[in-house]
This record gives sequence, C-alpha cells and structure tokens, in this order.
Amino acid sequence: MNLLTVSGSPHVHTHQSVKSIMYGVVIALIPAIFVSLYFFGIDAARVIFISVAACLFFEWVIQKYLIKGPVTINDGSALVTGVLLAFNVPSNLPWWILVIGALVSIGIGKMSFGGLGKNPFNPALVGRVFLLISFPVQMTSWPLPKGLFGTGLTDAITGPTTLGVLKEGLSAGKTVQEIMASPDFPGYINDLMGAQGGSLGEISAIALLLGAVYMLSRKIITWHIPTAYIGSAVIFSGILWLVDPSHYIDPAMHLLAGGMILGVFYMATDMVSSPMTARGQIVFGIGAGLLTIMIRVWGAYPEGVSFAILIMNAFTPLINNAFKPKRFGEVVKNG
Amino acid sequence: MKTFKLGGVHPEENKISAGKAIEVLPLPAKVCIPVSQSLGAPSKVVVEKGAMVKTGQIIAKGESFISSNVHSSVAGKVTKIDDVIDTSGYKRQAVYIDVEGDEWEEGIDRSPEIIHDIVSDRDTIIRKINEMGVVGLGGATFPSHVKLMVPDGKKAEYLLINGVECEPYLTSDHRLMLERGEEMVIGVKILMKALGVGKAFIGIEKNKQDAIVHLNVICSKHPGVEVVPLKVKYPQGGEKQLIKAVLNREVPSGKLPIEVGCVVNNVGTALAVYEAVQKNKPLIDRVVTVTGKSVAKPSNLLVRIGTPVSALVEFAGGLPEDAGKVISGGPMMGKALTSMDVPVVKGTSGILIMQGAESKRAAALNCIRCGRCITACPMGLEPVLLAQLSENQLFERAEKERIMDCIECGSCHFTCPAGRPLLDYLRLGKNKTGILIRNRGKK
Repeated sequence: MNLLTVSGSPHVHTHQSVKSIMYGVVIALIPAIFVSLYFFGIDAARVIFISVAACLFFEWVIQKYLIKGPVTINDGSALVTGVLLAFNVPSNLPWWILVIGALVSIGIGKMSFGGLGKNPFNPALVGRVFLLISFPVQMTSWPLPKGLFGTGLTDAITGPTTLGVLKEGLSAGKTVQEIMASPDFPGYINDLMGAQGGSLGEISAIALLLGAVYMLSRKIITWHIPTAYIGSAVIFSGILWLVDPSHYIDPAMHLLAGGMILGVFYMATDMVSSPMTARGQIVFGIGAGLLTIMIRVWGAYPEGVSFAILIMNAFTPLINNAFKPKRFGEVVKNG
Repeated sequence: MKTFKLGGVHPEENKISAGKAIEVLPLPAKVCIPVSQSLGAPSKVVVEKGAMVKTGQIIAKGESFISSNVHSSVAGKVTKIDDVIDTSGYKRQAVYIDVEGDEWEEGIDRSPEIIHDIVSDRDTIIRKINEMGVVGLGGATFPSHVKLMVPDGKKAEYLLINGVECEPYLTSDHRLMLERGEEMVIGVKILMKALGVGKAFIGIEKNKQDAIVHLNVICSKHPGVEVVPLKVKYPQGGEKQLIKAVLNREVPSGKLPIEVGCVVNNVGTALAVYEAVQKNKPLIDRVVTVTGKSVAKPSNLLVRIGTPVSALVEFAGGLPEDAGKVISGGPMMGKALTSMDVPVVKGTSGILIMQGAESKRAAALNCIRCGRCITACPMGLEPVLLAQLSENQLFERAEKERIMDCIECGSCHFTCPAGRPLLDYLRLGKNKTGILIRNRGKK
C-alpha cells in the first residue's frame, strides 16, 4: 500500500503563487514595452535586454557564490526589477551605467537584506536613484522620441522631459501658460500616448494603464495604493493650481507627465516594500502623492516619484505597526 | 445577497457528491466507539468486557456539566475496552464491540412516520437531548443541552441553524436538508421551544439552491422559521461569521454567541434533536460524505458511529490508486488521518481522499509581505505577524495581537502565495498562549 501524507489543515491552496504574481507584473508591462520599442526603437530593446540580463546575472552570482543558498532567478522577481529599472532610465544610457544600476538594485537593494521579501525599499528604485545621483548628466539627457505620427527615427537629438521643461521655464521666470505655449512642449495628447522625452517606460500613460487594469483584474494589486496616491496628488496639486495657475500646472498634467503612472501602479504597489493592511496602504498612497507633488513643485529635481516612493518605503514598518486591520468583534472600551 | 464582510476566501467547491442520495452503509462486523466524543470531560464507561449490548444502549455516561452520553451504535458483544487513536491523532478510551444482529433498545421509535406535535416541555426537551448524547454535529461536538441552558443575565433572541456547509467537497448537510428537511425543521421548532425564542433562521449558501427552495416550502408551514440564502464564501459556516452574515451582529472577542442573543446549531444537530425528542433515538448514526476526485463512487452514507473509516472507503469503491491523503472532514479544516482503522465519531462530517499530487505542500518561500493573509482573515487578524511572533516565542505580544481570536479556518495558509504554513504557527502560538493565560489565572 502506498504511504499517505499527514499534514495540518488546510489541505488545499490557492493557485496564486509568488511566481504567478511576478510574471503577472511582467505581462502587465508588455504594452509599455511595445510603446517604448515604437518610440525609441532598437535602443529600447538594448536597454531592456542589458538591464534584465544584468539583474538576473547578479542575482544568480550572489545567490550561488556569496550566499551559497538556493538560486531563485526563475521566480520572476529579478525579471520585474530588470524591466522596471530599464523603464526608469533614458534610452541612450551607456551599457556600463545600466550594469552598475542592476548591481545596486539587486545587490544592495535586495540581496543585502536577505533577498526577495526582506528588502525594505523597491530594488529598481534604489538602483534608479543611485544612478540619478551618481550619473546626473547621463541620467537626464533624454532622447526625444519621434512624434506620434512622425517617421524619423530616434537619433542623437536630446531634450528635457515635460516636467524638466516646466521646471526650467518656471525658474527662468516664465508662467506656466508661456511654457505650455512654446513649440517644444509635448502637451497632453503626446504625454498620454507616449510621444514625449523621458525614461523608457514612463512615457505612455495609456499603455501603463492598460497593464494596471490587467493587474487589478487578476488581483495582483489592489486599488488602495493607486487610488490614494492619485487622489492625494490630484487634490494637492489641484489646490496649488487653483491658487495660482500661472505658477502651478494642473493636476491632469501632473498625472500624465513624468513617472507618475509608472510609479503609482508598478512601484508604489510593490508588495514587499509597501504596507500590508488596506488602511496602511491608503496612508502610504496619500503620503507618496503629497511627497511627489512637493518635490516636483518645490524640490531641486523636476521629478519626485522615485524619491516619494522610497521615502514612504522607509515609513512602511511604522505604518504597518500603526494601522492595524479592523478586528472582528473589537470590544469598545467603555469609560 | 447576505454574507459576512471581513475577509474570507473562495476555494474550489468540488461538491462532487451533491447529487448522490443518502445510502445506508451496511452494518460493519466490528465497531470501536470512543467514549469521549464531545468537547468537555470524558465520559465514564458503564459496560464491561464480555457484556451483551443492544443498539441504542448507553455505554458511557457524561458525568460533568459539559460532557455527553455515548450509546452503542450496534447490537453485540463488548470484546474489550481499550485505547484507540481517533481522528485527532490522540489516544482515547474506546469500547470495542463485535456486531451480532441488530436488536434495538426498547422505547426507540424506528418507524418512518414523522411526528409533528411537540408535546415535551422545555425541561423534558433538554433532559432528553442530554440523555440521548446529542452534540453539535458541525464538527466542534459541543454538548447540545449545554447550549440550551442560557446563563443567567443573558437572553436568547434568535436561533440560527447552520446549513452553510462552506467546506469544499462536503455534501452531507446538503443531502440531509433535501432528504430529511421536514424532520430537521421539527428539530428546529423543538430547539426554539427549549430556548423560548420566536424566530429561527436557517442559513444556506446559494450553491445549494435546491435545498433553499425545498426548505422554503417546508418553512412556509412553520411560522417563525425562515431560510436565509447566503453568498458563497468560506468560512461562512463559522458561527461568528454566520451570525454576522444573517443578523449583522458581531460576537465580541472571547465571547460566545449568546452575548449577542444568538444560539447556533448545525442542521445535523437539529435532526438529531428531532430524533432524540420525538423518537427517543440516541445519537448513534450520522450522515458522512465520502468523496474525492479519484473516488470511484462518491457517496453520502448514513453510518453507525464507531464504524471504521476503511468500511466507508470500501463502500465508495475502495482507496484509489493515486490516493495521497485521507482527511476526516473537509479540505480547509479537516484532519489528515494516520490510519484507515480510525472510527467514525459524532463529529465526522466527511472522508475526503485527495490525489497524491495535491496532497503534498509546496516548499515555503520567503514572505513577500503581500498582505493577502490579512485580507483573507475573517477575524481581522494579521496572520503574518502572529506567525512571526509564535516562531519567535513572543506569546505575550501574540496575546495582545489577539491570537486567541483565531478560528483556525485556514484562509491565511490557503491564500499565501509563498505557501507559508501560517496556520501551523498560529496553532502552536494559540496553544502556548493559552497555557500562558491559564497559568496566569492560577497565580
């Protein structure tokens, strides 16, 4: 007779696994990958390939030769980090800078804390911010993509991002209206579709939203962080805009420009580095939204999404402690 | 449609045996009847080795308030009184009987005629339920007469009847509602009379539409008894979840349903109450589902208590080639058996045979802090935190984080994408925290 297994209940298990979640994120990123290929051509493919390959390589090397533990490069998490890191850099970034970024993401951002699940910060953002501070010139010279219906291939022409144009113009004393009227300002439609200067994956809001709908429908992410993030960013930037529309851009432009959509749906929602309870996630989202707008409006950098999310990542343990789930049958203390 | 709000999961239902009518399992050659078949103190054996017993004769007496009588489920000769390893894996004292014929104890009404009139008064009802060894058949096996004696200062307003059967695979309550509905509802009326309540709700999940329709027809003749259809969600059969779903009342932490004016009983218990009060029949048999994806003949069987599990499996076509695990109960809360000789007891609702491939747990990975266990917990706890505290033996902190509220439904482990055995840690933590609390009480 065959031997029977004896184990504690439950004896059945959901079909969702770490792997299916990670590969689900990769599937959600596919539309944005296509958009980046369309606008940046072979450069986009080069950046994504190098980033992913380097991330997988470093994870493998560190797990096999430094930690000497099980190798988990096929769990999909390094793949996600690789794609997200590529999405956060300009398409003409030299390969060796990318490799350094991958090493920082995987090595410092993830493995030094004990691997997947132990990292307090989003690994891709750790790598991105490291590169931004270490290589400010290369990280902020954005190749302009060909226009939405244009035919010219991407070439050596570089220019600032939507938010960069705004920041520069505002500090030169121009009003928002003057800047937006200038010919090199991309405008709403180009921001929505992706025809703007910027990092590889942040340019097309619509492709990113498509993936976000997929992740929400497969329950890979929940609505809490994105809704709170966008809500607080819109309300805060809306108040500023209503007070002084000549110095502050409107909320719609804030949402479409820069890395807002990418950050909101793909990086702030990173489950490892964000709070675990619904209440905590809402607090996290509100904080990230406020910080993003503050950095964009008053900070030295034109873009604040990466910093905002990393700062909120640091608050995650505190938020987890402070915002407990609603307990069943909570006894209300009298007196 | 109503359901409970907090947490919950949706495991695959797999109600393979739902369409199979209840069959009577032929009498086994031998039975082994554990004498402690309810929560509370073990009962005292009142027969001796070598004695001849009749079906329905008392063989062990419950002597304290929370304990219950046990009756012989067969006629025959007591061969020994010895330990047996029961479904929980612990050794229990048991009476072994060799079956000879099937002569029943006098006074038990075995006719199929349904007795509608409830002539017994409150005290007689409670006495009979106690004498006939009726316990909660939902799985917890709490002595039923105790539930009917509402403590001073508390008042029962509603009787809730649990026909939810939220465990995947199990269909014994479903079949019972379809085939014994009339008697079950009379049992409900008896319970209402004993409690002095005017209103009873029978909660049934909508995946048992035929049972909802059938009982609605029966209940139309019984004012005060109402069927409440519920949305399918596990663990709706947990009594706190059921009360929340039906009445939107929350039983406070650490308290019993009576705190919010409710008494909850399972449909099987209601039928046992009917048989005890109207027919003088002790609880000596119950409906057991035998099921599994590879089981040749998934069945719902009326089984005498003490019958070895192997006899049930044999009836359902034998142990499948690819069997990997045999479970007493459902896949969410059931216990994996260590042997096929384990006897069916009052709390056995089903025997589930799982295929080899699905029997083994996947290796546990690092927690990715996704918070799915927190979202799934129907008690609003943080299983990830409680598991960590238990692992690190921080039981005082675990107590503060309300580990004792855990109902062990398994939703956390079920939903964990990293396959972490959260409930294993929580069980350990509950056990140790419980010891801590008891010791504190002694000082």
